[in-house]
Amino acid sequence: MRNLLIFITKYNAFFLFLIFEISSLIIYVKYNSFQKASFINSTNEVTGNLYARADELKSYLTLKEVNDSLAQANARLRNQLRSSQYADTVTKKQVTDTVYKQQYEYIVAKVINNSVNKRNNYLTISRGSDNGIAKGMGVISDKGIVGKVVFVGKHMAIIQSLLHKDSRFSAMLADNKEIGYLEWGDSMDPDKALLVDVSNNAQPKLGELVVSSDLSLFPAGIPLGRVSNLKPKVGGFFLNLEVKLAVDFSKLQYVYVIDNRFAQEQAALEAKEEKDE
Amino acid sequence: MSRVLIINFIRFIILVFLQVFLLKNISLYNVSTPFLYILFILLLPFETPNLLLFALAFILGLTIDAFYDTPGLHAAACVLLAFVRVLFISITVQKEGFDNEPEPTLSIMGFRWFFTYAFTLTLFHHFFLFNLEVFRFSEIQYTLSRFLFSSIFTVFLIILSGLLFFRKKERK
Repeated sequence: MRNLLIFITKYNAFFLFLIFEISSLIIYVKYNSFQKASFINSTNEVTGNLYARADELKSYLTLKEVNDSLAQANARLRNQLRSSQYADTVTKKQVTDTVYKQQYEYIVAKVINNSVNKRNNYLTISRGSDNGIAKGMGVISDKGIVGKVVFVGKHMAIIQSLLHKDSRFSAMLADNKEIGYLEWGDSMDPDKALLVDVSNNAQPKLGELVVSSDLSLFPAGIPLGRVSNLKPKVGGFFLNLEVKLAVDFSKLQYVYVIDNRFAQEQAALEAKEEKDE
Repeated sequence: MSRVLIINFIRFIILVFLQVFLLKNISLYNVSTPFLYILFILLLPFETPNLLLFALAFILGLTIDAFYDTPGLHAAACVLLAFVRVLFISITVQKEGFDNEPEPTLSIMGFRWFFTYAFTLTLFHHFFLFNLEVFRFSEIQYTLSRFLFSSIFTVFLIILSGLLFFRKKERK
């Protein structure tokens, strides 16, 4: 027993190393997927407040760009006021006057923490469950799709950016409606993404617009980017296209969280369908 | 003694703030990102007990994790860094020299020793950090280039800060 104690004190650095290393790896494995609530992230009181302060200072520097982009977004939205709405009436004969019902609701939020240079990037925004934000909602900016909400605090929420190895959004080519998945490739370039699993029948053109499809958690037709390379990877059964992203992730200031009013109904129905089968 | 405590406390705060609000936003060609905060562990006094050393490394790592939204990642890398530090110092520094050389700074230990020290420790820390973050063998090439260029950037900043706070009087 005494020898054991002497042995442990002699090599105490190694045993201390083991204890601390194992505990930090446990934290890493257990909390890193955001599946469980944890206090070590940027929504807690201290870090969240500090980020908000620093962002207040920083936002003055980008006021001009933000104003410009808001003016552009306003002009564009005036042209398509009905695009985010859902037709409520089913009629047998043609009626010119249609009644619409709101399906998507937009909640504006300020980005207070952002990164683009890691393998898995997250954003923190200044709205939380108090403002009606829930896990799984989609997030867009005035230029295009940003990501989805993965973790909600009381006053803040964390968004898994499109620039993340697990991000995968249903998208389609705007002209011929061919569907594929948009994901961030291995290139780690914050301006580029890959549109994968596009059917071989599609004939994409360089510069063609890529938009969100009807199958995604976003309203259909939100721009994602433009096709910039037709053959980034050869081989495989499907076409893979390189897409130049519409959103400049390093300059995000304001984003909109999309509350789909029918999301719960859809999820409940689909869960029921799985049970029946 | 209390002077050492206060200096290290201030150094902790300044390095964390610098890392989180300035260096976090800097990356060269999306390949090279500096992690200067490890300087805090590098500059702890030689006599720091091992328990305290590991505890401080763990706390520093968790603090950075809280800002980076990566619970445990930086903590694990920092604890490894502390262990390598203990090994490196036990191999290269004579025990008799402890009284008049309280801290392993550039001005006390000389450029050659400090450069080897900083470079070795940074390599270990960054290698572990980047590989743990990605955790995929298929992207090894990209991870290694990130590791290499980030290490160079970090060591550059560490040497730069060492020269900035160079005090000639202490050198014996």
